[in-house]
Amino acid sequence: MATLNILVLVCLSYVALLFAVAFAADRAALRGRGTWLRSPLVYTLSLSIYCTAWTFYGAVGFAARSGLEFLTIYLGPTLVVIGWWWALRKMVRVGRSQRITSIADLISSRYGKSNTLAVFVTVLAVVGTTPYIALQLQSVTFSFAAFAETGPGTGQALNRDVTAFWLALGLALFTILFGTRNLDANERHHGVVMAIALEAVVKLFALLAVGVFVVWGLSGGVSETLARIDASKIATWDVSASRWVGVTALSAAAFLCLPRMFQVMVVENEDEDHLRTAAWAFPAYLMLMSLFVVPIAVVGLDLLEGTNPDLFVLSLPLSQGQDGLAILAFLGGFSSATSMVIVAAIALSTMVSNHIVMPIWLNMTGGSAVISGDVRQVALLARRLSIAGVVFLGYLYFTISGGGTALAKIGLVSFAGVAQFLPALLGGLFWRGATRMGAMTGLAIGSVVWLYSLFLPSFGPAVILSEGIMQQGLLGLSWLRPQALFGSEGMDPLVHAVMWSMLLNTAGFVLVSLLSFPKPIERLQGAQFVNVYEHSPTSGGWTGGLAQTEDLLIMAQRIMGPTQAQTFFAGAAGGQGIGGYLPEPSPDFLQALERELSGSVGAAAAHAMVGQIVGGASVSVEDLMAVADETAQIMEYSSKLEAKSAELTRTARKLREANDKLTQLSRQKDAFLSQVSHELRTPMTSIRAFSEILRDTKGLKAGEAGKYASVIHDEAIRLTRLLDDLLDLSVLENGQVNLNVQSGTLADLLDRAAAAAGGEAATLKIRRRRGDEDIILSTDLDRLAQVFINLIANARKYCDAAQPVLTIETRMSGETLLVDFTDNGSGIPVDKQDVIFEKFSRIGDTKAGGAGLGLAICREIMARLGGQVTYLPGQQGAAFRVSLPLEQRVAAQ
Amino acid sequence: MSAAPKPGPGPVFVERRAYRRRRLVDAARLLPILGVALVCLPLLWTGEREQPMSTTYAMIYFFGLWLALVIGAALLSRYLKATPEPGDAADGATPSENSVAGSANGPAGGA
Repeated sequence: MATLNILVLVCLSYVALLFAVAFAADRAALRGRGTWLRSPLVYTLSLSIYCTAWTFYGAVGFAARSGLEFLTIYLGPTLVVIGWWWALRKMVRVGRSQRITSIADLISSRYGKSNTLAVFVTVLAVVGTTPYIALQLQSVTFSFAAFAETGPGTGQALNRDVTAFWLALGLALFTILFGTRNLDANERHHGVVMAIALEAVVKLFALLAVGVFVVWGLSGGVSETLARIDASKIATWDVSASRWVGVTALSAAAFLCLPRMFQVMVVENEDEDHLRTAAWAFPAYLMLMSLFVVPIAVVGLDLLEGTNPDLFVLSLPLSQGQDGLAILAFLGGFSSATSMVIVAAIALSTMVSNHIVMPIWLNMTGGSAVISGDVRQVALLARRLSIAGVVFLGYLYFTISGGGTALAKIGLVSFAGVAQFLPALLGGLFWRGATRMGAMTGLAIGSVVWLYSLFLPSFGPAVILSEGIMQQGLLGLSWLRPQALFGSEGMDPLVHAVMWSMLLNTAGFVLVSLLSFPKPIERLQGAQFVNVYEHSPTSGGWTGGLAQTEDLLIMAQRIMGPTQAQTFFAGAAGGQGIGGYLPEPSPDFLQALERELSGSVGAAAAHAMVGQIVGGASVSVEDLMAVADETAQIMEYSSKLEAKSAELTRTARKLREANDKLTQLSRQKDAFLSQVSHELRTPMTSIRAFSEILRDTKGLKAGEAGKYASVIHDEAIRLTRLLDDLLDLSVLENGQVNLNVQSGTLADLLDRAAAAAGGEAATLKIRRRRGDEDIILSTDLDRLAQVFINLIANARKYCDAAQPVLTIETRMSGETLLVDFTDNGSGIPVDKQDVIFEKFSRIGDTKAGGAGLGLAICREIMARLGGQVTYLPGQQGAAFRVSLPLEQRVAAQ
Repeated sequence: MSAAPKPGPGPVFVERRAYRRRRLVDAARLLPILGVALVCLPLLWTGEREQPMSTTYAMIYFFGLWLALVIGAALLSRYLKATPEPGDAADGATPSENSVAGSANGPAGGA
């Protein structure tokens, strides 16, 4: 007979083994060696914490009471996992890309990082999980008791509370040791995961061993077992359809929402691809776990009539004297219970410390200027206390409830509680319109209905809710009876509670979401969650300190340049006493790096980049907005620079043009000076020569003297004209001219000008259309005639055609008179067109004559008259356009 | 970053491999729905008069269904691994993934 002492010894050695495994796994992970730690198999096995002591002991009890209905608990998760492509994949992706630490974190992140929502979810999770933890303590305590009863001599029953107490203490210690060894940014616990994977193997093996013993050892084969089932009291397929569908749906929902499932499925997930293996391996595990449940139940009912069916797994081998098998079965149940408590405590403590304790502590200490190491210590302490607290709550529930209720019943109450997260969870993942207010409303309604219709009544009649309320309803309102809400009588209490709570929860969630308006951060997060596949790379995950630093180095090299970045990193590493280029990513180093980077990309962008890689601090909307601001400023600045540079280019071009013009003018001036001195000297020379002849030659004939005198006179006139022109120009330029406004027709004016310019001499033919020229002008006609004369004379002088023809065209453009003088010569070369209106400008020395002042004078006159004279490029020959506004506005003097 | 932007609706025609993969994803999505239907199916069993369906029969049905679902999911997840995601194709899979894809893609393409 197995004694309790042996059992305790086995238990302790088993726990020691778990310690060793967890410790080794943690060490291996720390050294980066444990690739096998991250295999899909370990992931799948860790999911098996779904199968708690409830499965191990309770499934048989469930089957003994209700036949095949127990399958619903396992078919629900099977369907969810097989449908991983729908929900699980997205949950894992979101969890990784948003660095989610718990289901409370996920829901609060989705709804705008609302801490109120996180607190709400946390409280509900704790309330929902406490009975479940109590259930585990209860099952282990019962199994101890089962041994004690069959044990020799002792006789008196084991004190259950004491056993439960020591168990709770041990579990809390183990969890604290391995669950809070480090405060990893991504909250992964390799040691714990490895230990629960081992426990998963143990419990499966134990249950299969008992099953094999029952089928082949006690019943004598498969067909005999089937015959035995057919002969038992659960021989017929007789399930309630509402319970079948209801519990399947409930277990499916709970599988997604249970904090501990979320912990192993999403938070501890190393690689999204592991889901692919779990998609079939986990259903296979569940199938194996359920395979022998009915045979064990049937044989137990047969052989151990009247005993607690929840313990058949243990009591069957014990009653048959199979002590070894019994101890194995005990270890299986122990594994199921401990792994659940450990993971649930870790998951809940993360939620409690992150969403309740830390915010309160940060608030109390002012929060802003705390040293990071300080916060780590507080967080670790908070987490440890939370673990102890959660386990203690479970213990409290166990002692208060007295451990009387059937295991399955407690488990389902718990399931229904956490299933309240489902609308907010799935709505958040698939519906962008889901809002924080909607999630709060749904959760609040659902949890109140759950509390009232299922949780409180679960303590038993008249414990919390009085008999009166149960029978007559709250405040005597019969439609508020806890198990017949709104008059829905005769329903199974569980299905009733699940239906109403989920229905009202979902309705409230959807309705309020539709009616409320989300804050910007909610909408941003909503887009990131719902469209997670478009936003996130396949696998992120910066694990290990050095990997992070390397990523930082890569990024820094891109921004600062390789040499500078490497120097900076090597310097920092040297400062930390490490060789090479990769320092530890300490807060100091990160701050320095951020400062360094902000020099290149701006403070907000640098913060966001470092945050992105280090991951601990996620990028907040404020950061992003600051980045956007900086970018906008930079863009504005650069567009200003562009405008400036365009302006500078324009100015430079103008300056270059002006300079070219100046250079040309200066050359022309030089040329003119020599020209003018030549022009002056030629008449001066002849005047001097002829006057000397007149003075010195005696006996000149009168005719000769007259001829010489007239030569002198002509030359003097030429000189005078030159000087007159210069004077005229100077007067015009200085604006000292007085206009003598008269009226006359353009035709007369042109006639006068043509005549004055030499008439229709043979050398130049003038073409005009007199019909167009019947325009009355009111301006300084003499000055205008001077312009026309000059233009006609120019054509006469410079037109190099064999038969020179000057065409004078007149037309009106609006209120402006346009007179074009176009000859048929070769025109003016492009490079001279700029300067022909300048003083002293002359084109070549062709037929010589003027001093190059004519056009300059024309331009000045036209400016005085309010019009202008311009060169018309692109005509047959040289073409000048005189334009004069007829609405005479006399220019300012 | 991927050079291929995704403006508006995607292309109507995709290459054969991507098409296969999408149908595989469809299958992976439909499998649980089929599972739900088959899990609920026995609720319609009424059996002969005075001879209701037996638990053993239901057990064999459910464990058979369970096994079929496991095998179906295993096959689907095997081929889902074989081809990279359509969105990832532009980014370029790692060489190892490509080689796996190449060796395991034969049956998928022929299926």
